[in-house]
Amino acid sequence: MMRTPLAVRFLQATPKSGWLALAVFAALTFVVLPLLHLAVPPESPLHVSTYVITLAGKIMCYAIVAVAMDLIWGYAGILSLGHGLFFALGGYAFGMYLMRQIGRDGSYQSDLPDFMVFLDWKELPWYWAGSDSFLWALFLVVAVPGLVAFVFGFFAFRSRIKDVYFSIITQALTFAAMLLFFRNETGFGGNNGFTDFKRILGFPITSPEMRVILFALSAALLMATLLIGRYLVVSKFGRVLAAIRDAESRTMFLGYNPLWYKLSIWTFSAILCGLAGALYVPQVGIINPSEMSPANSIEIAIWTAVGGRGTLVGPVIGAALVNLSKSFFTQTFPDYWLFFLGALFVAVTLWLPDGVAGLWKRWRATK
Amino acid sequence: MTAFAENRHDQEWLGGVSIGHVKQSDAVDLSHKVILYLEGISVSFDGFKALNNLNLAIDAGELRCIIGPNGAGKTTMMDVITGKTRPDEGRCFFGQTIDLTKLSEAEIAHAGIGRKFQKPTIFENLTVFENVELALKMDKRARKSLFAWLSDEQRDKISDTLKLIHLAEQADRPAGLLSHGQKQWLEIGMLLAQDPKLLLLDEPVAGMTDDETARTGELFKSLAGQHSLVVVEHDMAFIAQLGGKVTVLHEGAVLAEGDLATVQNDERVIEVYLGR
Repeated sequence: MMRTPLAVRFLQATPKSGWLALAVFAALTFVVLPLLHLAVPPESPLHVSTYVITLAGKIMCYAIVAVAMDLIWGYAGILSLGHGLFFALGGYAFGMYLMRQIGRDGSYQSDLPDFMVFLDWKELPWYWAGSDSFLWALFLVVAVPGLVAFVFGFFAFRSRIKDVYFSIITQALTFAAMLLFFRNETGFGGNNGFTDFKRILGFPITSPEMRVILFALSAALLMATLLIGRYLVVSKFGRVLAAIRDAESRTMFLGYNPLWYKLSIWTFSAILCGLAGALYVPQVGIINPSEMSPANSIEIAIWTAVGGRGTLVGPVIGAALVNLSKSFFTQTFPDYWLFFLGALFVAVTLWLPDGVAGLWKRWRATK
Repeated sequence: MTAFAENRHDQEWLGGVSIGHVKQSDAVDLSHKVILYLEGISVSFDGFKALNNLNLAIDAGELRCIIGPNGAGKTTMMDVITGKTRPDEGRCFFGQTIDLTKLSEAEIAHAGIGRKFQKPTIFENLTVFENVELALKMDKRARKSLFAWLSDEQRDKISDTLKLIHLAEQADRPAGLLSHGQKQWLEIGMLLAQDPKLLLLDEPVAGMTDDETARTGELFKSLAGQHSLVVVEHDMAFIAQLGGKVTVLHEGAVLAEGDLATVQNDERVIEVYLGR
């Protein structure tokens, strides 16, 4: 048998039905919705509003995070309760660039970001060096969450910290980072974070065209995440991950070193979150330390659980369902959102251990 | 046996702890005909001496049975050999040159020691085929697994192994659905696919039918010579079938050693283990 080229194996990893669904999704997000937003006049009932585009873009960013969570939780059995940190780090990394793009159009008309003028700083801190470069910002978006995850993961996995202990430490990590970012002296805008963005690459950030571009980029990243994720989990790498999840010591005695397997999927997952965060920030127009709050990270785990662990597509649906209900509840019954979220989590744990995707599978099986 | 490309690569060291894989399966120095050498091994857990100055030497190609009452240190001994537990004292060598106390579990596996657990430990969510695939002797580093691809020889090797353990029909079933005896066989098959020089088998026939036990005995006897086997068992009929040298462990040390008849007639062995 000939060795199948990698590209072919990559294409084969996703089944035909998956490719078909992605094609429909691509047509919707690249063509139909952008046209309905840009080309159809607002008076028309077919017009898609800025609100919808922004909400959908935001949810797709969340969906990327949910798939990234599924890769480590569903396939490698590592529950992170600190994934919000990597999302926020990606957001902050790109936010620095957005702050520099404001230029002298801020309230203080200074070259420095407003919050630095307010703190009476005279020059940029060293770690802001190069932050006016778009390429440097992209590098940081990948490198900062990646490096933090790699270093943290290396020590945690080498010490064989597992299960609930690992989850608790990730929770502590994101909490500690939140406290750090709350401080004005840290140089990231304290509790206000970054906001009032004006431009990306010189183009106005709130123009309909820019919104559509960010929306389409989020959709593209989500689709790429699903395709790469599918390749990973059907490759031998994915089978070893499942083996480590189910019987780690057996895997070691077969000659696999779990450290590098866990560390690579963990770091990859964090990088995906960072990229999602970088796309999220310009769409919502703000990033502040509350993104690192422990509750946010727990919510990510809930999206994945609701959608169905170990399915990749499930978490996308989970992220969409939970966040659409969130938009609905926080507008209609703002006081009851957390109760609803808690009830949802309990209900899924009790009756839908495999999430929405599991429900779908069961329904298919009975037919 | 299929010839596999010999892979050697650098050992990665960090902070004094070895974290990489090392492949030196062809580098076991058997010049003194001894494949495994334990000298003065002691291990204690919270003051309890699980192993107490244990001495043991296994010859290359030998089939050795280890018996002893519960708590005699049989499993702890296997843990020491496979790197799961580090001894407080003593030396543990694989061949003449490989110091097992300095290697990680994965490195010891690469060096050529395979282990079957007391409780069958397989990957329940993977298919029978995939279980054997993961065990197969090959480059097991993460970045290689990302692009790994089974060659024809490797597929043949897997199907040969499946035939040998009578699971060829079950190849595509999830391993979790197998019966207890079949799981034992699968784990033995995984061990064989790993192609180790030394096999450590902890109660391999527990829960098997008499027929399965007899077949397992035949398999082990056919492996001896090419491989070295250390079998921990309670089933005396099975040990008699295997017919190798027997070592009796008691309170973390060797109580007696010799062929089965000699050991069975040893006064001290009768006292502590076999019963009068």
